[in-house]
Amino acid sequence: MSNPTDLKYTASHEWVKTEADGSITIGITEHAQELLGDMVFVEAPAAGRKLNAGEECAVVESVKAAADVYAPVTGEVIAGNPDLENSPENINSDPYGAWLFKMKPDNAADVAALMDATAYQAHVDSEAH
Amino acid sequence: MTLKTTPLNAAHRAMGAKMVDFGGWDMPVNYGSQIDEHHQVRNDSGMFDVCHMRVVDAKGDGVRAFLRYLLANNADKITVPGKALYSAMLRPEGGVIDDLIIYFMTEQWFRIVVNAGTADKDIAWMKEQAATHAPKLTITSRDDLAMVAIQGPNARTKVWQVLPQTKAATENLVNFQAADCGEYFIARTGYTGEDGFEVMLPKEKVEAFWYDLNKAGVKPIGLGARDTLRLEAGMNLYGQDMDETIGPLESGLAWTVDLKSERDFIGKAALLANPPSKKLVGLVLLDRGVLRGHQKVVTPQGEGEITSGTFSPTLEKSIALARVPKDVQIGDNVQVVIRDKMLAAQVVKYPFARNGKGLI
Repeated sequence: MSNPTDLKYTASHEWVKTEADGSITIGITEHAQELLGDMVFVEAPAAGRKLNAGEECAVVESVKAAADVYAPVTGEVIAGNPDLENSPENINSDPYGAWLFKMKPDNAADVAALMDATAYQAHVDSEAH
Repeated sequence: MTLKTTPLNAAHRAMGAKMVDFGGWDMPVNYGSQIDEHHQVRNDSGMFDVCHMRVVDAKGDGVRAFLRYLLANNADKITVPGKALYSAMLRPEGGVIDDLIIYFMTEQWFRIVVNAGTADKDIAWMKEQAATHAPKLTITSRDDLAMVAIQGPNARTKVWQVLPQTKAATENLVNFQAADCGEYFIARTGYTGEDGFEVMLPKEKVEAFWYDLNKAGVKPIGLGARDTLRLEAGMNLYGQDMDETIGPLESGLAWTVDLKSERDFIGKAALLANPPSKKLVGLVLLDRGVLRGHQKVVTPQGEGEITSGTFSPTLEKSIALARVPKDVQIGDNVQVVIRDKMLAAQVVKYPFARNGKGLI
């Protein structure tokens, strides 16, 4: 499965979608869900929480392992996805639809500076070797 | 470091396995969904590559007397040919060197199956003890043998479909009993809490056997589901739930240790001199989250630690084995520290699930 070209990506395997109003939506990539396997627990950050880029802010747990999710940029959380609490498996079936949380970034330029799909794929390939 | 491979390595890759480094072995962790693989075993049949485990044959006069001294469980309990016994093998100081299964075949032959990661040290220990206590015994690592576990309510029927010539010799086996069928050594044992067989066979035949089972409808199961199945079944994992620093009485294995008979065995004096202050219990998480090994358990009687934890696909909640102060009781409410939170859990009697059903 290829990574959507309209999204930005982080080295820690989050995807970032810029919405029309300038807010961003964050989830974990196909590659990340494939590595973790069957998801059974998600803890998303609460609205209003201020995050620094790279800060641990959510947890996804599969049967196998727990993984931290990091803020892709500095900003404030607008919402966590309440649906994932009861259906964490949606991350496996639809990683680019099952978003974890939304943020209002302090600087749009920080989002623009993240990796594009091609650079992210190169990063994934480099980690595999 | 180059990973060791089993004779089924190419088959795993052909079947789409995700491979991981498991104690130096290149092993399949899952083929598709780990949860689906788990249910496949509880509801139908699945097969596991356990070629990395080691088969050891102890042969010669006096083999029973030697095992009676070597192991914490009493080899005298098995007198019917083929009967198996689960036991810990202890250090003189009482720590667990390994847990293993012995099969009584004849008074000159016991077969022993040990864990992969401990096989070399186990065999060295057995040989060292034999040199002193039974110098005429031969202890042979059967590196020529492969092993496949076929588990689930339909597992035995599937094995008979593939190996019809073994049916007569194996259909009357009781639980924990094996039959030596020439090239195939078939034991009604396993590590899932389901019925099934563990089959030992020549290495060069195992790939064909694996594909034949698959054609008969037995699905390959990875180490991921193996771990959730054994934990639901309340079976210890060596290196996680016990090791050389912990005794069997603090590891939920008192039922396998015979301290009442006159028999002496390695580690007995240490166990008698050091009554356990902790015990292994089951936990079910009441709050949302997942219990994992090494999480701290807080009880009114003091702190404990989770030794193995996971999400139970059968119960659809998180379960664990935990070592806690000995006065903690079944039904007690305790807390588990997960990241920065204290979550509520309940102490339960385990196993958590067996024979297709949740028990909690």
